[in-house]
This record gives sequence, C-alpha cells and structure tokens, in this order.
Amino acid sequence: MSLDKHGIAKRIAQEVENGMYVNLGIGIPTLVANYLPQGIEVVLQSENGLLGMGPFPTEDEVDADLINAGKQTITTLSGSSIFSSADSFGMIRGEHVHLTILGAMEVSERGDIANWKIPGKMVKGMGGAMDLVASAKNIIVAMQHTARDGSSKLLKNCTLPITGLNCVKKIVTDLAVIEVTDKGFKLLERAPGVSVEDIQKATEGHLIVEGEIPEVQL
Amino acid sequence: MINKTVKNAQEALQGITDGMTLMLGGFGLCGIPENAIQELLRLGVKDLTCISNNAGVDDFGIGLLLQKRQVKKMISSYVGENAEFERQLLSGELEVELTPQGTLAERIRAGGAGIPAFFTPAGYGTEVGEGKESREFNGKMYLMESWLKADFAFVKAWKGDTAGNLIYKGTARNFNPMMATAGKITVAEVEELVPAGELDPNEIHTPGIFVQRIFQGEKYEKRIEQKTVRTV
Repeated sequence: MSLDKHGIAKRIAQEVENGMYVNLGIGIPTLVANYLPQGIEVVLQSENGLLGMGPFPTEDEVDADLINAGKQTITTLSGSSIFSSADSFGMIRGEHVHLTILGAMEVSERGDIANWKIPGKMVKGMGGAMDLVASAKNIIVAMQHTARDGSSKLLKNCTLPITGLNCVKKIVTDLAVIEVTDKGFKLLERAPGVSVEDIQKATEGHLIVEGEIPEVQL
Repeated sequence: MINKTVKNAQEALQGITDGMTLMLGGFGLCGIPENAIQELLRLGVKDLTCISNNAGVDDFGIGLLLQKRQVKKMISSYVGENAEFERQLLSGELEVELTPQGTLAERIRAGGAGIPAFFTPAGYGTEVGEGKESREFNGKMYLMESWLKADFAFVKAWKGDTAGNLIYKGTARNFNPMMATAGKITVAEVEELVPAGELDPNEIHTPGIFVQRIFQGEKYEKRIEQKTVRTV
C-alpha cells in the first residue's frame, strides 16, 4: 500500500531532530507539524516573519495580524519571536534554519527541483521557494512519485522551469524514501507492500538499489 | 520633534501622479495600507509600477487597483489568489517581474540603505538569473541583484507617533519596515496615532526619520484570506 499524504508527513517527521529550526512549505509539509516526535524541542519558522509557530487559533483567538506563509491564521508560543521579511530571509540565506521541507512538481537525479511554474498554465510566482532551496543545509521534498497520467516526477532532468540546482537531499513520496547522491537516486525505503520493481518503474532518473530495501516504519 | 502628521489619506497622497513607482507593504492581505489603497482608487492615478510581495485578491487590496486597470507593472514574489491578475498577465496587459521573496525583501532594504547591488544565491541557474551577472564566492554561485526605491512607499503600522516612529503588530510587520526606508516619500498609516513621547523609544521598529507623512487610518477591514481554527 502506498503512503497517503499523512503517511508521507509521518515519515518526514522522523527526520526532524531535537533543537532544529525548521521551515515547512505549504501542503503536505505543513502536516509534518502534527507528527513531530514526542519529547523533542523544534522551532517552526514561517518566512513571513515568525519563529515559534503555534497551532491554529480557537475561534476566540483568531487575529488577522497573525498568519503563516500560507496565509492561514495561527498562534504564537511562549518564546516566539516576530520580525521583518528581510530578517526572515537573512535567517534562511544565512543558513540559520536547519531544515526545509517543501513540495515539488519534479526533482532531478542531481537534486534539481522544479516547483514554481508551469509555462502557459500557472504563473503564481516562486514566493520564498528559491531563497529556501538556494540556502538550506538540508532539504527534504514531499511529493507524489508520479503525475496523474503515470509519468515519473523523479527525472534525469527537470522539464519544468527550475527553482534551484543541486539542492534536494532526500525525497519522501507515496512509494519510497530516496536519498539524492552524486550518482543518482538511492533507494532507502519502500512504502508498505510496494516492490522495488514498482519503484523502479515509476522512477525515470537513475535509481540505485543496494541490498535489501526495508519497508517504511511509521 | 518634527511633526509628520497629516489629516488623512487624501492629504497623505498629495503629489502622486500617473506613472509613479509605489511600494505597498503587506503579506497577502496582512498588514496592507488599506486607506492608501482606497485613496489611490479614488484618485484614479494610472500606469503605476507597484512593488508589493503579493497582488491582493480580486476584490481587496491591490486587486482593486488591478480591476480598475491602474497598474502597469507589478514587482512581486507571489501573485496567486487573484484571477483578474492572472488574466491580465496572460493577455499581456500587465507586466510582471517575479522576484524571489527574500531577494525582494533585500532589494528594498538595499534601496533604503544606499546599497545599489548585492549577491544572493537565490535564483541562480533559474529564469530569474537570466541576463544577470553571477559570481562565485567560496565555491558557490551567486546572482547580482539591484536595489529598489519608490516615489511613494505606503506602509501600515499598529501604532505611530507624530514624529513618525512606528510599531508593528504580529506578522503584519512583514515588508513594511524595509519599504518605510525605501520611499522618497513614505506614508505611514496607523491604527493609533499618539503624541511624540508616548511610545517607548526602546520599542520602536521604524524610526521616524524614514517617515515623511503619518495619519491615523480608519475603517480597517483586516480581511483574512484563510481563516483556520482548531476546536478545543
């Protein structure tokens, strides 16, 4: 059985370590916050200017002046801080944020990522994605392994406009956990009941399979 | 203390003309200068270049200026959430310079701080880097990006005093502090305007030197784009 979006988020949450400052992108990455390991201290950064993002507010707590980068209403926590967009991206560019988790339309076997534009169709803009992927020390991508028509999104070369070069370190999809290495996509884990052959078939880029590949443990 | 107070938005926007470059603070609809936007609509100035992280939604924020075809060019990082914007863009009526969000923030900061250009890794190897100078520092490639300045910068703060000192609230701060520094004329609208001396100097986010005109805004709608709540 392939992983649903909650399964992908749960698996990525296992990568988050005590003491990390983490930026979560919109979509599946946001769900990671719900599955962080118990007993560790992690600070979530929202690039519109907040460190220490808390849960959604109750109806009474809703404040139009307190939103996250997805424009959702949120809360602060004890120890939170608020700052300008310039300071926020200083934290990101200056590599003070340890981990960035974001979605992608395509990833290449060298770790190039495309997630901001579909020529002629979608022109919403890159927001903070280009700054994040250019600077984060560790970038994990949450995505579906294939497009709706079955074509692979893990490619030799990205076909869509690039967001950043050579930056993705790990990919968690509905089918597999993959590390991006100098030599290509290294298969680390497979989703429960998904075979190495299934993953091979769904991966256009070079897939490295060494030894027994364990199933994802959630 | 120099008094920066003007009566209202009408007085604050005096001197604005067609073809000017404007900065408008805010992230989404959070922390946008609602009163200044209303006055721009009333004046009907056109062919504007607007520097703002987003372009509002169809019926609020900068979206209202787009509906009235007052904007010639947008410099932004993210313009989703706005169907009219997308229509004008695809039909070629509107020019758009999409800029990575951190680069946009830094270009504005540079404009206010007298730094004509800087190098950033964001956008290297992408469409954003086309035609721009790139350079290697410590084995990594960076793009040269240039400063941004504006004829008018419109910012929204929570509290302000007659000397132009500003305090923002929550994530409504976002682009406002940098934009306040980068306008030839910076217009601050605040929810509460107090006499100089009432705000604690230790708590000021934007020093009054950057602000030329300040007024207390009215009827803040503070629309929320994605109201998300949890049940207890």
